[in-house]
Amino acid sequence: MLKSNSGESTNVVGKMVKRVDALEKVNGCARFAADIAFDGQIYCALVIAEKPHGILRSIDVSLASKMEGVEAVFTWRDIPGDNQLGEAIKDMPCLVKEGEKIRYWGDVVAVVAARDRISAENAAKSVRLDIEDLEPVLSIEEALEDRIKIHGGSNVKVTKLIRKGDPETVIKNSKEVFEGEFYAHYQEQAYMEPQGITVVPDLDYGYTVYGTMQCPYYVQSAVAHVLGLPMNRIRVIQTETGGAFGGKEDVPSYVASYAAVAAFNLKRPARLIYSREIDIQTTSKRHPIKSFYRVAMDGKKIKAIEVMAYMDMGAYATLTPIVMFRTLVHAAGAYDIENVNVDVYGVYTNKVPPGAFRGFGSPQVLFAVESMIDDIAWKLRIDPMELREENTLRPGSRTSTDHLIVESVGAPETLARVKESSHWKDLVKECIEFNRANEDKKRGAGLSHIFYGVSLGAGGQALDKSGAHVLINRDGSVEVRIGGTEMGQGAKTVIAMMAAEELGQRMERILVHQPDTAFVPDSGPTVASRTTIYSGNAVRRACITLKGKLISVFYDLFNSRPDKVKFCQGEVSDGEGRAISFDRLVDAAYVRNVKLFEAGWYDTPKLSFDMENGLGEAYVTYSYASQVVQVEVDMATGSTKVLKGFTAHDVGKAVNPDGVIGQIQGGFAQGMGYALYEDLKLRNGKIISDNFNTYIIPTIHEVPPELVIDIVEDAFSEGPYGAKGIGEPSLMPVPASVANAVSMAIGKRVRQIPVTPEYVLGLIEKKTD
Amino acid sequence: MKIDFKVNGRDYSLEVREDMRLLDFLREELKLTGTKEGCGEGECGACTVIIDGKAVNSCLVLVPEIDGREVITVEGLERDGRLHPLQESFIEKGAVQCGFCTPGMLMSAKALLDGNADPSDEEIMEAIEGNLCRCTGYYKIVQAIRDAAGKLRNGKA
Repeated sequence: MLKSNSGESTNVVGKMVKRVDALEKVNGCARFAADIAFDGQIYCALVIAEKPHGILRSIDVSLASKMEGVEAVFTWRDIPGDNQLGEAIKDMPCLVKEGEKIRYWGDVVAVVAARDRISAENAAKSVRLDIEDLEPVLSIEEALEDRIKIHGGSNVKVTKLIRKGDPETVIKNSKEVFEGEFYAHYQEQAYMEPQGITVVPDLDYGYTVYGTMQCPYYVQSAVAHVLGLPMNRIRVIQTETGGAFGGKEDVPSYVASYAAVAAFNLKRPARLIYSREIDIQTTSKRHPIKSFYRVAMDGKKIKAIEVMAYMDMGAYATLTPIVMFRTLVHAAGAYDIENVNVDVYGVYTNKVPPGAFRGFGSPQVLFAVESMIDDIAWKLRIDPMELREENTLRPGSRTSTDHLIVESVGAPETLARVKESSHWKDLVKECIEFNRANEDKKRGAGLSHIFYGVSLGAGGQALDKSGAHVLINRDGSVEVRIGGTEMGQGAKTVIAMMAAEELGQRMERILVHQPDTAFVPDSGPTVASRTTIYSGNAVRRACITLKGKLISVFYDLFNSRPDKVKFCQGEVSDGEGRAISFDRLVDAAYVRNVKLFEAGWYDTPKLSFDMENGLGEAYVTYSYASQVVQVEVDMATGSTKVLKGFTAHDVGKAVNPDGVIGQIQGGFAQGMGYALYEDLKLRNGKIISDNFNTYIIPTIHEVPPELVIDIVEDAFSEGPYGAKGIGEPSLMPVPASVANAVSMAIGKRVRQIPVTPEYVLGLIEKKTD
Repeated sequence: MKIDFKVNGRDYSLEVREDMRLLDFLREELKLTGTKEGCGEGECGACTVIIDGKAVNSCLVLVPEIDGREVITVEGLERDGRLHPLQESFIEKGAVQCGFCTPGMLMSAKALLDGNADPSDEEIMEAIEGNLCRCTGYYKIVQAIRDAAGKLRNGKA
């Protein structure tokens, strides 16, 4: 058990620092996936099915193989190991075999290797596929009919549920029952750096994989599997990663597998960098979720809730069974409700397989439940703020899974903060007055309140651990290696801060290396807002041991009492005049042959959870957020603009406050894009909005100039210095707050996101709600 | 064909392929990989460079078009080993997260400040409207550009 230092004075933690990776990112030196090159490398391009559903009759590579610059075209026959991908359910081939099924537009059939990118791409277009068309399943509703079965069995592949209390009876006997149906569409992660991997035959007679990714250990395992090699022959080194947001959780395993087939067969470095179009057409997204809610009220108290949610998991299960657990736990919202039934279903369709995206299956249902609560408040003429205050989780509350939460429950405080910062009642009044005076434009204020289960939770305990290696060199410089990846969120900085804090060395003397599977053992995935806690605790443990050794050396030098020795920013002293620099103390340790290298390890506190009934400790702790936005809707065009935002987040402890603010600002913009602008368009299973001219993400003009951020620090005793996660909760309240604000502005309930102008115009024209 | 041009202060006279994009030429031939490709369609701005004082998407320019012209990339921002005030401010104000949009963002901002020492917020917004960033929400980027403009005006650079 690590003791939290929360409340004690710190040297680095909680202070404003510069990002440790900023210099190389502003001077052009940072090396992303496409910025590395190897002698003799070949360029790969993918041959994709370009049909939503069918049977692959034949693959004709004769023309493509003869094209200038082409080295080879690889199909399933060239896979030395298992032709099988997929994290949770093994339902996805690496390269589709002749005679087998094509299940979505982006199914990969062959990999072309050529001496340059353009030759590879041209040859890929010349591979002829003979596909016998089958009728595709293109919606959740069609999938549920089970008339066409995508994988042979039922299209409803996975389900999860919560059974708490007896909502059925309560709803039957209740006078105040409310119902609602909601739909949340796809969202594309739209990281700025597309997917990219290079696989290199290496000095250890195996393969080293370089690329943009979140989860090096997933990549290592997938490549070993596809090449039929033991994992000790596959080494994975993460390159600088230009954004990920979940989109680089499982997908790089697939990208690496395609490139590995070429590298293995040609014994040359093989590079595969996706074009934006291939990236959007073939890789994961946020799941579309259709949900149905029934809520029974007793005065201001939510008595019972029933939720049915259907997730479109596309052609393959990929991460859906894992995403679904988060959907399940978050579907009833951040409230203490006695009676809860939730049923979540994952259904196959002939479309792109969605997977991980910031919030991981929760923003869709949080939008729904928060719309539901808001709708109830307006219908019962209760202030939406008050209704949430009345029902929110507090210390001693029980969550939807009956998890008794006793500490670090900052939910009520986040509500109090946004109520104050937004001047909630005045803001609502201001909107009403504006709407009385204006016909062309209408304004609305919207509130949302969410919780977020930190890390992998009861469903992912077997993955929930992290390692770290910390080495102090003879000159006092420190090398830190972790299994968690930096993808822009600031992991390296927060890790360097914690190492500096625990060791007492100056931050600029600490280097956090790029993750490399050859050094740090499987540390689980870099997902679920878990890196600060898990990698952070592993690093702290290693540093605490190292510091103990340095204290012994100090004692050896000066005979000072160990408990009097203080480390601060590169200086070590005993408060009685005896002092030495950190670097010289390390040198003294070296000549005494002290081992200044330690491995740290942190595994998750055990959770007790009954999967059959969905009851118990779902997550180690929860982060909370509340948010108010004000929007203005143009009644003629239906377009919406967010005018201002107020957001409060309980993060336990802001280890790097500047980083936390950066996450919240970025998450807000991304959530706003999801709520209003990002409309993925498909035609017959093909994604046609496959670049930024048609898939519109927020530019500088869309973000509101005013975004007031409040950080609540309700410490989590297991977290380093009390910290919980913030990566995902930064986005999660936004779709709901925006949808609620639009609903107030137009006086009609928004029931789907994105809230496009066409949808708004449709609502305005409708006679009833 | 043979063309003469300048990149980051250095003169070149080279045989080039007429159909090559400036972006590929910079990255593959000159090994200046600081300029990034995010979309290949001139929509994201990650490949922004400055040609004769103007910010352009290098994925939409063919190499022959730079004949007789001067190109500045992110690698050309430093002077005598010192960071450009924009680079300093991007670090100090936390305007960098994943860093993939950063080079393009810096070049759009430099083109603005080179021609306008005291831009309004609207002018800053206009200058970077073609540069997409998925990490920051743009807040700290605008702050950094404003800060750098101040430094340049006060001659602190």
